[in-house]
Amino acid sequence: MGDAAKKLPRIEINPKLCKGCSICVDFCPTNVLEMRGTCVAVKDLAACTRCQLCDLRCPDFAIQVFD
Amino acid sequence: MSVPAEKKEKISVPFDYNKYLRPGKLPHIWCPGCGHGIVLKAMLRAIDKLGIDKDNVCVVSGIGCSSRTPGYVDFNTLHTLHGRALSFATGIKLARPDMKVIVVTGDGDALAIGGNHFIHTCRRNIDITALVFTNAIYGMTGGQYSPTTPLESIATTSRYGNIEPPFDTCEMAKAAGATFVARGTAYHTLELEKTIYEALMHKGTSVVDIIDACPTYFGRMNKYKSATHMMEAMEKDGTVSVKQVDKLPPEKVAGKMLRGVLHKIDRPEYCEQYALLVQEKAQAKSK
Repeated sequence: MGDAAKKLPRIEINPKLCKGCSICVDFCPTNVLEMRGTCVAVKDLAACTRCQLCDLRCPDFAIQVFD
Repeated sequence: MSVPAEKKEKISVPFDYNKYLRPGKLPHIWCPGCGHGIVLKAMLRAIDKLGIDKDNVCVVSGIGCSSRTPGYVDFNTLHTLHGRALSFATGIKLARPDMKVIVVTGDGDALAIGGNHFIHTCRRNIDITALVFTNAIYGMTGGQYSPTTPLESIATTSRYGNIEPPFDTCEMAKAAGATFVARGTAYHTLELEKTIYEALMHKGTSVVDIIDACPTYFGRMNKYKSATHMMEAMEKDGTVSVKQVDKLPPEKVAGKMLRGVLHKIDRPEYCEQYALLVQEKAQAKSK
């Protein structure tokens, strides 16, 4: 793996918009996210493959993955 | 976990939804896990693909959970009477034929209260895109059963199971004369985005039936564990793509709804016919 592959993505979560439905946590294929109370949080950023499924299925505009 | 190298290159910058949202209006009123937010995002991406100015788009809605959508989007918007969104949209389209008119409506709004307006809009074939958010329940008023509630499911007004057979929105739109009929789900987000884009590009009445989940009322009363469980059970396992339906054995297709573009034909569009008539009569008078 080169240096480019090791570069971590940036996951932006807006706690004001997250309602804690846990759709992003359940649909994440690599278990990057977890629920902390009623808001989603990043558990394992290195596992993120930037597939954007959390962003696509978030109903609340609360999460986005930046490269 | 190792990831194939070719997947790593498929990276895109996330879509900037704020471009199309009204600042300060979020968070929206929809419940946690409601599919309407996912559908709204797909709609915004599809409109972005069209590449037209925000002022040339008009979003019209009636009453209901889904009809709160125009409050959050920064287009020309109109929040109208229960079930009458399609009639208001017909007026807008006739006054401004250059405008892209999108009607956002729920299943109860479009098929029960506005059933009459729905079939007559389809019959006229006026260039309107109707997005019917089918959550199979009246969420805003407390979970009464709607025209698309499946047989035997529990609702506030059917405590022992619903005995009314549901409508098939797509069959009804097709029979009434709509020239583009499609179905999508909130689970298949990218497919939904493409379907809405195709519907927006179509000249004539286009109806997209969108299956999404209401975890608060439908899910809780029908023993779905969570919004995710509901999306997987109803949207992923309850539908089958029209592209795959021929290849699958009959037992895998039985009882499932078809997803994708179901009907597409060309028929004269109402606004064009109206302009032709006006032109013809004006010429006859001036002679």
